[in-house]
Amino acid sequence: MSALGVVGGVVQPVLIVAGSPLLVGVMRQVRARLEGRAGAGVGQPWRDLRKLLRKERIAPRGTSEVFRFAPLVLVATTLVVAVVVPFVATESALDPVADLFAVVALLALGAVALALAGLDTGTAFGGMGASREMTILALVEPTLLVAIFALSVRVGSTNLGTIVSSTLQDPARVISPVSLLAAVALVVVIVAETGRIPVDNPSTHLELTMVHEAMVLEYAGPDLALVELASAMRLSVFLGLLANLFAPWGIATEATPLAVLIGVLALMVKVGVLGGLLAAAEVFVAKLRLFRVPELLAGSFLLALLAVAASFFLA
Amino acid sequence: MNLAATGMAAAVAIGLMTALIAALLPARPALIGTGTALTGAAAVAAGAAALAGGSFSVVLPDVLPLSGVSLTLDPLGALFVAVTGGVAVAAGIYSVSYADTADLRARGVQTALPVFVVAMVLVPAAANVGTLLVCWELMALASLVLVVAEHRRGPRVASAGRWYAVMTHLGFVSVLIGLMVFVAQAPDDSFTALREAGRQLSPAVAGVVFVLTLAGFASKAGIVPLHAWLPRAHPEAPSHVSALMSAAMVNLGVYGVVRVGVDLLGGGPAWWWLLVLALGAVSAVYGILQAAMSSDLKRLLGLSTTENMGLVLIGVGAAGLFASSGDHALAALALTAALLHLVGHAAFKTVLFLAAGSVLHATGTRDLDALGGLRPVMPVTTAAFGVGALAASALPPGTAFVSEWLLLQALIHGLPAGGVAAAIAMPVAVAAVALTAGLAVATFVKAFGVGFLAKPRSDAVVDAHESPLTMLAGMGVAAVVCVVLALWPAGILPAVQAAAGGVAVSGDVILRLDQVTGALSPLLLALGLVAAVVVVAGVVRTAAVRRVRRTARLWDCGGGPMSARMEYTATSFAEPLQRVFDDVVQPELDVDVSHHQESRYLVQAVEYRRKVPDRIERRLYQPVLRLIAAWGRAGRGLAPGSVHRYLGYGFYAVCGVLILLAVTR
Repeated sequence: MSALGVVGGVVQPVLIVAGSPLLVGVMRQVRARLEGRAGAGVGQPWRDLRKLLRKERIAPRGTSEVFRFAPLVLVATTLVVAVVVPFVATESALDPVADLFAVVALLALGAVALALAGLDTGTAFGGMGASREMTILALVEPTLLVAIFALSVRVGSTNLGTIVSSTLQDPARVISPVSLLAAVALVVVIVAETGRIPVDNPSTHLELTMVHEAMVLEYAGPDLALVELASAMRLSVFLGLLANLFAPWGIATEATPLAVLIGVLALMVKVGVLGGLLAAAEVFVAKLRLFRVPELLAGSFLLALLAVAASFFLA
Repeated sequence: MNLAATGMAAAVAIGLMTALIAALLPARPALIGTGTALTGAAAVAAGAAALAGGSFSVVLPDVLPLSGVSLTLDPLGALFVAVTGGVAVAAGIYSVSYADTADLRARGVQTALPVFVVAMVLVPAAANVGTLLVCWELMALASLVLVVAEHRRGPRVASAGRWYAVMTHLGFVSVLIGLMVFVAQAPDDSFTALREAGRQLSPAVAGVVFVLTLAGFASKAGIVPLHAWLPRAHPEAPSHVSALMSAAMVNLGVYGVVRVGVDLLGGGPAWWWLLVLALGAVSAVYGILQAAMSSDLKRLLGLSTTENMGLVLIGVGAAGLFASSGDHALAALALTAALLHLVGHAAFKTVLFLAAGSVLHATGTRDLDALGGLRPVMPVTTAAFGVGALAASALPPGTAFVSEWLLLQALIHGLPAGGVAAAIAMPVAVAAVALTAGLAVATFVKAFGVGFLAKPRSDAVVDAHESPLTMLAGMGVAAVVCVVLALWPAGILPAVQAAAGGVAVSGDVILRLDQVTGALSPLLLALGLVAAVVVVAGVVRTAAVRRVRRTARLWDCGGGPMSARMEYTATSFAEPLQRVFDDVVQPELDVDVSHHQESRYLVQAVEYRRKVPDRIERRLYQPVLRLIAAWGRAGRGLAPGSVHRYLGYGFYAVCGVLILLAVTR
């Protein structure tokens, strides 16, 4: 474990936990301004979290440990990802966990915990949300893994540190067809995984359209704070992953204070810009019907497959 | 006599003694269960000893006519012996109380259980074709007796038995013909002679041998399109037998493919392995898709067996493909992944089937739509099923996660190695593995979430009780193995790699791929996760208000307490997936609306039926069955029951033969 890895392993989770509610705040603010509203301010998600943490804990009747532990598992999986993925520094605190497959599987584990919690409540909403979330997860998986395949073929490894370092050394790869196709596929997948428009609407409470919100309907107080924090963290993690897979510039390659500071700033700028673009795009796009989502995902799967084909035939 | 030989001898002796006791004395499930478990333990010891380097071989020429019995325990066989033994230990302990019912106390059923285990232990140890086929058939017959053990429960059991009997024997015939063609090219039927001969076979003969044996072995492994017996027989068999069949017997199909294809025939052209890979990919996706639609808990688990054997065959096919293009390091990696998955599958499928049996024992139903709310009444069973479901879902920290990670690594690194065939096969295989993994997650969330959590959906669950201690112990053994395999796969990897015939992964806590870059540490991952949970819980404790959790009503939209009928069921959970894969599964919907007599605008009742038929079965099997039925009807005219006519047939037949001989000689 190198010094740089340790620095990354400490700075990254702190940055992600502190910054992700702000990212959500920025995105809401961008949306509000584009829709002609004043908006609640960038700090509103943090104020919400503080308010929720002060409320009492609720145990809905008939729920088991699964319901109580799910928010913890959800945050924990995202936290582990925040520690191991090279966001700020190219070296990872836990290198043998910083594997793209492992990271994807960890994030899926969080989603599964929440789906089980949704089913555990025994309400129609909980089951509905869980069922929809699992359907989307099952369909996202092929695209995600094939896109990872395309990215890792040229490097010969699925280790995130290796992929990021090799892109740093050979920036011309970023504009290759493989990268572009894989990037588009990944963007669609990330939109689906983080529950943004057009796949899911994070601000809806209409039963026809709810996915994520339906699962967490029974949570209140500190549990809800954890769920909200986790979903913000997942968004930042996915956007950070996207940014560093395709544009890792600015990331710290040595353990000096300046390099780490630049790494932090670069990550904030990249994730902030991506989040702003996503929020702006959401203003102009309507939510898809649930059963049209598979078509979108099939399209992104095709792009991922083309990326793999390109990596073989154009190499 | 070394430990391996002693272990094998002990396993066979204890098993046959137990069978003898069961056949002669009145039913004693405790004794038979213990005997079966001891047989399994001896087999584990034999397998472990042989894997550690103490292989043995023995020839008993007088036991069977012709070539006699010949047994050898090489690393490949030893792995399967050990896995079978392990499953038998759990199933044996479990059966002590589970088999204590009127149906299962029957003498034939009690005798068949140890015989089944002994036959399964002997199949991978067989060192000539005669022994292999005799043990194979013994295994099929013993398992058939066990499948129909509970035939009093309904006609479906008998139907499952018929399907199983016919398909397993067709598979046997296919293997028999394939091996006979092979043996005809060799001096005798020992594997050593066949190994020599296999190198000199003409490609056409080798291809015929491979395809015929593949068909037979694949049908045993429940590979699509020869899987039709599996989702029938596995649910209808008693649960400890389901565990033995699903976790141990199907493995032997894979053993057959590896033994004949890789070992005896010495690998082969790329098309063999592309065929295996394609069969594996189709089975994996189709199996898990059908499982995702199924609302019968044991049928779901049976279909998931097809899926997992498909994943194993993807690994075997990839290994063969890499070996045929000369990349033996990658081939070893792929085969290691496949065999590791097989071992992991044996562990988690044992837990899952035993837990399902426990549910069946307590509630009398295996219909997920009628289950739910088992967590408070059956906590141990729920925990065991949870461990098994996590292991089966390819999520960290789970058993299948490690093996699927290795499999994906092999497939990814195979792209630059294998030329154009690999360039097409590998991405498709990765996509198949990924889709399978995603659907498996949805399937097991459904099985666990709907089956065990939430509120009871029927009265059967309300009166449920936790199972007796021996059943819990059986599940517990398998669950502990699952956890160990998930966290410390390095413990079993040397054995698996010895069986795979090449070292591709090394390391203890951190698994490192030797020939290609790649590392993973399941233990560190799990520890990191636990540490993160502790940190988060600690932070929340300090940051949030510390008041006791208040119990509150569920949000019911102000409509009063919700009844269990308002819950999501397994069928409704799978509905979105069913819609997405509408074109593939082609479900049959039947909605009957009956109206009031007074007015057609008032609906009295709506009846909704949904069925997801097995499409492959309908397209492939029904025409054949119809043809056979038509042939039978046509032949009926020949047999009107008149003895004179039958004598006449005999007379004309003899005359015909004499005339034929007179003309041709």
